[in-house]
Amino acid sequence: MIMGEWGAHQAEVITVHGIYRPRNTTDVVEKPAAHTIATMAPVRTHCAYCALQCAMTLTRAAATPNGSTSLQVSPLDFPTNRGGLCQKGWTAADLLDSPHRLTTPLVRNSRAEPFEPVSWDTALDVVVRGIRSIQSQHGDDAVAVFGGGGLTNEKAYQLGKFARTVLRTKNIDYNGRYCMSSAAAASNRAFGIDRGLPFPLPDLAQTGAVLVMGGNMAETMPPFMQHLAAVRARGGDVVVVDPRRTSTAEQATLHLQPRPGTDLALALGLLHVAFSDGHLDRPYLAERTRGFDEVWRIAAQWWPGRVERETGVPVADLQAAIRAIARGRSGRGAVILTARGVEQHSKGTDTVTALINLSLALGLPGRRHSGFGCVTGQGNGQGGREHGQKADQLPGYRRIDDPAAREHVAAVWGVDPADLPGPGPSAYELLDSLGTAGGPRALLVHGSNLVVSSPRGGRVSERLANLDLLVVCDPFLSETAAQADVVLPVTQWAEEDGTMTNLEGRVIRRRRATDPPEGVRSELDVLTDVAERLGHHGRFSAEPQMVFDELRRASAGGVADYAGITWERIDREGGVFWPCPSEDVPGTARLFADGFPTPDGRAAMVAVDHRPVVEDVDPEYPVYLTTGRNLQHYQSGTQTGRVPALAAALGEPYVEIHPDLAARHDLDDGVRVRVVSRRGAAVGRVRLVTSIRWDTVFMPFHWGGEQAVNQVTNPALDPVSRMPEFKVCAVRLEPVR
Amino acid sequence: MTIKEAPVTRVVIVGNGMAGSRLVQELRARDPQRHLHITVIGAEPDPAYNRILLSSVLAGSLTAADVEMVSPSWYASEGVDLRLGVAVEHVDRVRQRVLTTAGEHIGYDRLVLATGSRAWVPPIEGLVDELGGGGLGPDVAVFRTLRDCRDILGRLSGVRRAVVLGGGLLGVEAARGLAGRGIEVEIVHPLDRLMERQLDKEASQVLMSTLRPLGVRVRLGAHARAYDEVAGQRVLVLDDGVRVAADVLVVACGVRPDVGLAREAKLAVEQAIVVDDQLASVSDPRIHAIGECAQHAGKVYGLVAPAWEQAVVLAEVITGGKTAYRGSPVVTRLKAADVDLAAMGEVNADADGARGVEVLRFADPARGRYQKIVIRNNRVAGAIMLGGAETVGTVTELFDRSGPVPADPRSLIFPVAGTPATADPARMSDDELVCRCNTVSAGNIRQVCADGAGTVADVALCTRATTGCGGCRDVVSALVDAASCTPSPPRHGAQDARRRAAARVEVPA
Repeated sequence: MIMGEWGAHQAEVITVHGIYRPRNTTDVVEKPAAHTIATMAPVRTHCAYCALQCAMTLTRAAATPNGSTSLQVSPLDFPTNRGGLCQKGWTAADLLDSPHRLTTPLVRNSRAEPFEPVSWDTALDVVVRGIRSIQSQHGDDAVAVFGGGGLTNEKAYQLGKFARTVLRTKNIDYNGRYCMSSAAAASNRAFGIDRGLPFPLPDLAQTGAVLVMGGNMAETMPPFMQHLAAVRARGGDVVVVDPRRTSTAEQATLHLQPRPGTDLALALGLLHVAFSDGHLDRPYLAERTRGFDEVWRIAAQWWPGRVERETGVPVADLQAAIRAIARGRSGRGAVILTARGVEQHSKGTDTVTALINLSLALGLPGRRHSGFGCVTGQGNGQGGREHGQKADQLPGYRRIDDPAAREHVAAVWGVDPADLPGPGPSAYELLDSLGTAGGPRALLVHGSNLVVSSPRGGRVSERLANLDLLVVCDPFLSETAAQADVVLPVTQWAEEDGTMTNLEGRVIRRRRATDPPEGVRSELDVLTDVAERLGHHGRFSAEPQMVFDELRRASAGGVADYAGITWERIDREGGVFWPCPSEDVPGTARLFADGFPTPDGRAAMVAVDHRPVVEDVDPEYPVYLTTGRNLQHYQSGTQTGRVPALAAALGEPYVEIHPDLAARHDLDDGVRVRVVSRRGAAVGRVRLVTSIRWDTVFMPFHWGGEQAVNQVTNPALDPVSRMPEFKVCAVRLEPVR
Repeated sequence: MTIKEAPVTRVVIVGNGMAGSRLVQELRARDPQRHLHITVIGAEPDPAYNRILLSSVLAGSLTAADVEMVSPSWYASEGVDLRLGVAVEHVDRVRQRVLTTAGEHIGYDRLVLATGSRAWVPPIEGLVDELGGGGLGPDVAVFRTLRDCRDILGRLSGVRRAVVLGGGLLGVEAARGLAGRGIEVEIVHPLDRLMERQLDKEASQVLMSTLRPLGVRVRLGAHARAYDEVAGQRVLVLDDGVRVAADVLVVACGVRPDVGLAREAKLAVEQAIVVDDQLASVSDPRIHAIGECAQHAGKVYGLVAPAWEQAVVLAEVITGGKTAYRGSPVVTRLKAADVDLAAMGEVNADADGARGVEVLRFADPARGRYQKIVIRNNRVAGAIMLGGAETVGTVTELFDRSGPVPADPRSLIFPVAGTPATADPARMSDDELVCRCNTVSAGNIRQVCADGAGTVADVALCTRATTGCGGCRDVVSALVDAASCTPSPPRHGAQDARRRAAARVEVPA
């Protein structure tokens, strides 16, 4: 069913970009991007941005009158995007010849000095000398690595191997900690596996009811909405839970609008209602799960009236939500989905757990057109969390403290298992320790703009300033790169080959459609070169397919088993679902039909209870702040902020405020407002909306500097996943005069 | 603080109900090192259960096993000494110990009385079995404990008619539960309205008409004189001689705080045990009281939420935290299938502009709706929300958190509709977004239509509208249709329109 849909979209191609413009004066290198035309045939690949990984072709246009030769984007009909693209996707190729592109390494002797363009040889020399000197003085762990959920599987894998065997540091983590860690932790402890969606996305359209907890796909991955629209078109229900009436909520059949930070109480209340209204699947609970009694003991204490008081969601709406899900289940099926809205909390793991418990109590996982899933955010947010750039993990979703896992991976890497470091600290804890006594003295950053994406950004910036050596690989001079000692210009997206694992767990191919600008190298190449210079000859490859083949061996036998997936198979089959232990067997499109990969084959129901937000409102900081995304931008804006059409559509952050709250602060629509917490402040433009609660403001996080809302957010961490509490903190509002 | 003075603090909790069982869990959560030696003494033989859910047990949506709150194994694993089916007979404040009905002395550093309250049985002939030792008479039950609940359920076989004596919160819940089992139920209530502590007269009337089709009749202003048997039929005889058939009589006439132990120990007791902001008896700082047997700032709370809030504060106090109990806002939520009722705060105030008191009211008795909101100084001071008001969550939050009422308080009565999608696309303003996925406004689409785009596909080519999620296709189609009906400048070729659209999308750096 998948292959047939992998065909050209009928829409014609439009060129809307591609005029080369001179760099502005703040850019370091004044050199036009000299592209050679790699191919004239359309290249099938996937979008540069989110985990939906919309399929598209890139075609080299004939040179336009002004001499530009740009790539044209054309959507493809793929099971995930079904021929759709949002504005980010349509304009993705504009990044390739952006005038802001870095094309030469940059080095400076001190942070007070400006960057100097240097040769790669010189730059890598600085890096290698720095690593050697710092490690000889302060030990191996003094060099830390920070990765990203947008890196290809090959890069993520290579980065983990590089950290563990070349640097031999335990200090490696990545920005996926801010993204999928709560969902991952909850799924692992319940199901014994963490694949965001345990079924192909088109299954969603077949179901009778979908509950979306804290997800706003209409902004974050718009073509996804086709699948929800299909549910509604067949008379099914879409229930959306969000403190804001988002564009996703507007398309729901029922919207619940809880107070920020109370989703866990809501989830427990839903289970309570499901139980007392007689909707539990008792045979399923008995045969396929364990732990329900303790789970119920807590849910029993969240009767609907108590939940209403804690969350602000009316009892009748709790009951209506459960009725909708139960109706769906007794018909075509029912699906429960979570996203960052409920996960980016200091209790995110427990909230996801409570929703998994609800789905198990209703008997959904493993059932036809039913189940529980987490909607992954970053482009390779799934693959990026499987292959070893996470602090506690080795390739194949193996645990780094598991002796058998260490032995297997060490054998693939040709090292002694005893030489592999142990687990390190999580992302924010790692950043918080930089440059402190006993903390790392150097940091290598790949695929992340952590100054903008970390909570309490001011503190993170301060820690970076205390490093002896900060090396950032990026195609652009991001806010993080701007603080570095060494910036290495690397390839992006359409300039490289590799694989990504999309939100369904489908491994797909990213294909090279154009040559990178002269002076730019791939991170695989950079890591290989640095490894060579540090004396690791022949142990690393800059060829992505070779790296992938090694990844397959390293993942073999692990939970995320890629052993049977080859690039050729992906090409032939239009993607392959993991686990796929052998080339002779098909990928696993649907999980849990026969059991769960836990020791006893049952799903573990873990009893969790609600707890208050870490920082509640008080007279000094009387308003809740919640954060999120906007359609035109992706992550910290390093990429999308440099796409003219996107920057024109939305060039600065806004603050959504209810008119009543705004009136009390004397704020008019369109004026600038400063959002202030105990940790910092951010400035945005007031957007008066009645779609937000009276006690809450919302601000998107795609900007840096004084527009960075993560200066304001709270780094309180989830005890299990170490996810920061991005989604709720207490603020006050100050007009900007 | 106590924990520093001695390595172990002996905490004795008398009562294993909602308040006591919550307290012991809150204490252990704050005491991972187990500096506290905790003993819980519960008079009821059942493990701690959730009293709130007893009406669901009566209604049959839950079983007795479903409402168990803390498993006995939890106490063992947490090292808590649990004594069930044992009562405390005497408190020796001088020696700091209690004497149990099992004859055992248990010493304490902190004693917590969480004895709750007892069902009150009015002095009506036939309710109490005088000959049988003062217990309840045959076919009479109170509705207070899990045992009571089982007792009622045990009597239901063959029962056609039941009378619930008392139309308070518990009486209404009990009546609804029994009616749900197919029994004809009549509530006999001496006052002029149901739930007189929570409702006004009009709300009571709407509630009665809601209950009627569910199988519950209500007789107000009715004073019972005796529960008797006439010609083989059990009847409740009223003051005016009317006989109400009642195979079973459930007494729900309110509760009285269980304060015998405190009185005997010479603690200050008014309506209940008088406690300060640390929930300590004003007579003895080593003795605390929480829940329905405690009186704080002149108030005795009969609901679980305040009891749990008190349990949290007391757990902090006992483990050395600096905190104080400042009272609880009270929200009453009826738990009865198909009856949606929340009531809170003062509901009988009259509007008084000079004192900043406003009263909003919406009544639609025919549809079982009644909403009343009392606003005092721009805050919700009280409310009745009956009949499934969509705004009940918001009103409750504003009441609980003393939030300012909206500029337009109508939104407390009626839900604010979402920004309505403009019904007629032809009348959309030019700057209204049509395609969110690709940031295309109605004006953009009108422009490309004016430039020659004549179909949705043309518009998609020129603007990318409809190429994301596709949700705006109908609106785009309507805009195209509207454009084709209006006189337009000379048509350009589609190729030309595309070029123009492309040029427009381009943005200078």
